[in-house]
Amino acid sequence: MSTATEADPAIPAGSAGALAHRRPLGDRGFQIMALVAGLLVLIILILIAVTTAQQSTTWFTTAGFKGIFSTVWNPEANQFGAMAFVYGTVIASVIAIIIAFPVSIGIALLLNEVVPRRWARPIIYVIDLLAVVPSVVWGLWGIIVLVPKLQTLYTHIASGVKGIPVLDSLFGGPDVSGASFFTAGLILAIMITPIITSLSREVIATVPAIDKEGAYALGATRWEMIRGAVWPHSQGGVVGAALVGLGRAMGETIAAALVIGASAEVTPHLFYTGYAIPAVIALQFGEASGGEFRAALIGLGLLLFVITIIVNLVARWIVERSARRARGA
Amino acid sequence: MAPLASQTVDLREPAGWRRTKNQIMTVLMWGAFVIVLIPLGFVIYTVIEKGAKAISWQFLTNGTVPPNVMPLGFGGMGAAVIGTLEITGFAALIAIPLGVLGAVYISEYGGRNWLAKLIAFMADVMTGVPSIVMGLFIYTLWVLHFGYSGMAGSFALACLMLPVVIRSSYEMLRLVPNTLREGSYALGATKARVTVTVVLPAALGGIVSGALLAVARAAGETAPLLFCILTVESTNTNLFSGPNTALSTQIFANAQSPYVGAQARAWGAALTLIAITFILMIVARIVTARFTRYAR
Repeated sequence: MSTATEADPAIPAGSAGALAHRRPLGDRGFQIMALVAGLLVLIILILIAVTTAQQSTTWFTTAGFKGIFSTVWNPEANQFGAMAFVYGTVIASVIAIIIAFPVSIGIALLLNEVVPRRWARPIIYVIDLLAVVPSVVWGLWGIIVLVPKLQTLYTHIASGVKGIPVLDSLFGGPDVSGASFFTAGLILAIMITPIITSLSREVIATVPAIDKEGAYALGATRWEMIRGAVWPHSQGGVVGAALVGLGRAMGETIAAALVIGASAEVTPHLFYTGYAIPAVIALQFGEASGGEFRAALIGLGLLLFVITIIVNLVARWIVERSARRARGA
Repeated sequence: MAPLASQTVDLREPAGWRRTKNQIMTVLMWGAFVIVLIPLGFVIYTVIEKGAKAISWQFLTNGTVPPNVMPLGFGGMGAAVIGTLEITGFAALIAIPLGVLGAVYISEYGGRNWLAKLIAFMADVMTGVPSIVMGLFIYTLWVLHFGYSGMAGSFALACLMLPVVIRSSYEMLRLVPNTLREGSYALGATKARVTVTVVLPAALGGIVSGALLAVARAAGETAPLLFCILTVESTNTNLFSGPNTALSTQIFANAQSPYVGAQARAWGAALTLIAITFILMIVARIVTARFTRYAR
């Protein structure tokens, strides 16, 4: 305690002041242990960047700028372009966020503003169950149960939109496949819904009761109260929650690896097979015996790390800032 | 009388639309919840239905077979069950003490200094690091030098659990009332003693349930294990050396197989894995309900 270190004439000699200088060894040791455990977070984050960068330097030096930013991925010919995977990752996670965001906000509003408190608990448990189902089980269900069903659905949609300008290039095409960007987006949407829901729930819970009561007193319906009092107050934090979800979707590996179809293509057709950064690492690492192949996959890991760290930094900063504003500081 | 009546009608007209809009939105909010229930129910139903056919005592104890053409009667997930339990258990042994200590630093020692704030913030950011990146990290840091082992998998899982444990323990420590700390200081206890004998026991329920949830999540992780344990078929009870295997990586390998027998084994393994994670989650809920002293 820093306050005790100053000698105070009011305190008799040899009391608290002196004690503070002679802290037992165990006390200090415990503090150092706690500090080291805390620092471990920073150390691990830095080590991730350092070790993966070390192991992937051969990719960066041999492929060069042009090689990395190409869409050609052909390990037999030693061509390791990353852009097809970046494209697939972005497309699949954007689809996921477009589906998951409104659903999550709906559930968060339902929990905070509609259902009574004792009903909210079981609903939260159910949403948490979604997060506890392992990613690989979603993937297994996706590839064996969902993909064949979606295959027929996609074929119907593709024949339905044939000839319509924009829709045809998005949802049409002759090569629609059950395992596709869109299927990966669907599975990812299910998987990121719990985290977006729980973060937005926390943000929405900080809306002052007095604002809500004010809106009701003016004769607003519940929806008008949400639009007028809840939404302006929690807008920022909810966007941050969505970004955290986006980061999760980008890094989610196994489920996406199983249902995205595994072909490195850049195409506007959402129902075509694609690829994503984590998926290619998971599926091709085993067969990557060559030095540069493995370096390229580790390099893709580093790329994914950098992208998700940036997304998460921005997201957490937004959430933190809106939480601080809500506390009135 | 007549103008008054028309006025009430005029007032009610927008109210009717406003009320309808309100009702539509309420229905949509419930709809969002139902939309989530559908895939959850569907996946749990499928896993139980298909997994129950595969599961038997033999399945849970038999040696594991490669994902090939062999029908369901052959092989099981014995090696994988053992692998998952020992790898996840060791990861918990590493991550929970470190995570709780880290939370103690942020809440008890950090106070308002910049380092504690930075660590708390970066722990949040670290929860967003993709699990596959953790796998690659341990691969480059450990496996390249010391070879595949169950312990390498534990390290990767521990890296994933650490920030989650820090966050949940920190939230719980913050709820412990300051009067408890002040009371023990007044009795002349040192800070370490106050933390260990007063603050941590007061928050124990919440810390344990948060840690159990982190373990449940980690038990299902596949991506970090892929490069660390080199999924094999034989049982390896030695955690510290030699390739190992786990339920999650077995499911991943079998899910990619076109053979019915392999897929059936994948469903059986999925049911086993879900049972393990759900049991951990339910225990966490019971701990929360019975032993939490300070809740939000």
